[in-house]
Amino acid sequence: MRLGLVIDLDTCVGCHACAVACKEWNGSSAISGPLSDYQPYGAAPSGVWFNRIRHYEVGEYPEAKTLNVPMSCMHCEDAACVTVCPTGASYKRADGIVLVDQDKCMGCNYCAWACPYGARELDDSTGTMKKCTLCADRIYDELLPPEDRQPACVLACPTHARSFGDLDDPESAVSQLVRSRDGFAMLPELGYKPVNRYLPPRQPPEIAVDAAPRPSLAGRLKSLVNRVVKR
Amino acid sequence: MKPPLSVIFFTVLSGAGLGLFVLLVMADLLSDGTILSQRARISVGAAALALVAAGLGSSGLHLANPRNAWRALSQFRHSWLSREGIVSLAFFPFAIAYPAAIHFGATTAFRAAAGLPGVVLALGALFCTGMIYACLKTIPQWHSWLTPANYLALGLASGALALALAAALDRGGAAALERAAVLLFAVACGLKLAYYLHARRVSGGHTLAAAVGMTAAQVKLLDVGHSHGTFLTREFIDRSARRYARELRFVVAVAAFAIPLIVLSGALPSPASLAFACASCLTGLLVERWLFFAEADHVVRLYHGQTRV
Repeated sequence: MRLGLVIDLDTCVGCHACAVACKEWNGSSAISGPLSDYQPYGAAPSGVWFNRIRHYEVGEYPEAKTLNVPMSCMHCEDAACVTVCPTGASYKRADGIVLVDQDKCMGCNYCAWACPYGARELDDSTGTMKKCTLCADRIYDELLPPEDRQPACVLACPTHARSFGDLDDPESAVSQLVRSRDGFAMLPELGYKPVNRYLPPRQPPEIAVDAAPRPSLAGRLKSLVNRVVKR
Repeated sequence: MKPPLSVIFFTVLSGAGLGLFVLLVMADLLSDGTILSQRARISVGAAALALVAAGLGSSGLHLANPRNAWRALSQFRHSWLSREGIVSLAFFPFAIAYPAAIHFGATTAFRAAAGLPGVVLALGALFCTGMIYACLKTIPQWHSWLTPANYLALGLASGALALALAAALDRGGAAALERAAVLLFAVACGLKLAYYLHARRVSGGHTLAAAVGMTAAQVKLLDVGHSHGTFLTREFIDRSARRYARELRFVVAVAAFAIPLIVLSGALPSPASLAFACASCLTGLLVERWLFFAEADHVVRLYHGQTRV
């Protein structure tokens, strides 16, 4: 199993609802403890987030497009953060989710250095590393209705730009989506085999601009008269 | 990268201590104990031990949650940081046994049995320290054999300089030690230069456009999505640490390499001049290590708007 997210860069409007929903759900999660905020009402509010959305401009004006890119843990198959972790706090589960055992982490930052995606953030209040859990405490919860057994970010997305599923199963909805839309992975050249996929913006269909229809005889007469007579 | 002061002190002090131990054992065994007095060899062994212990203590200050530090010995099968911890700890019994063997006037064979495993472990610890950084593909400058080579060479060179100072204080100097130190400094200087050239060559290999999957177009950051700093900006993005990089490189060249080489090349340098060279080398290496971190470009900088890393 390779559980992961598929994020549609075509429909993402960059509203940050996924990040807020993530913070709301995981702020009281038993997996990672609190997601601390530093001076939330102060002059320079900051804090720990699992998911961050950045906004880019692709192309040059006037052929420019805004690209909103939400980034969280890619749950890499060959996760460098797990490889380098000296304490064994970082681990990868059989279902593909990469997690940090908060009871084992010593807060050395080494995994954050190894992660190319900036998916790991040290929580100053606990001294441990925090990262996306793919809502492991939601997706298997049988007390929730089946349609709610998805990560909080996926459920919150107002444009359905986020999908969750097993990317190992070629027939799963996410795999089909990736196939049909040429989904790509970020920084695959580093060799960590990220699982999450991004769907590139669609090429808008060319709207054919027909040549203006030939004006009628009456219309042509009228324009001829208009040219001669001043009204 | 934000230069972590605790790690800078750790790698410089431990490196010098490990290098000092290696040079002490080799000099002692090759000269059959004649190069330094018994008392001096015990003192040097103790100094090496103290430097390594101080370094390891400093490295503990880097941890945000040090009560789990003992767990760092568990993942030696895949983590270079874990391997470094194990090798460094395994070094201690030999680092204690060796001066003890000298103290009790042990034979050369017995001293070799206590010292040579320590030499292997000391070199191993230096190599592991380098590999901690070299194994990170996310920082292209570090991802090279030159990183462990630099850690080994700088550790051995600074250790050799310290041993030359001990020899000068003990018996007015040993030409063989000074020649060895000159050689090690020349090698270290060459490797550092090679590292800088390598760093310049590899930088720019990753682009922002490719990182967000839009290779066919120009991409620039519009908004980073947060109003104030984050863990990522503090750790990887802030460039204030490299504000004086050019000047600091000059300090490294003069303090860490030129001054020790000039002092060591002189005929029988005085203890005072060697002590000055040691202080200069220590300063230079601290600055060198600062730059090693400050000038490192992590690929996550791409997502924060840097067009090339």
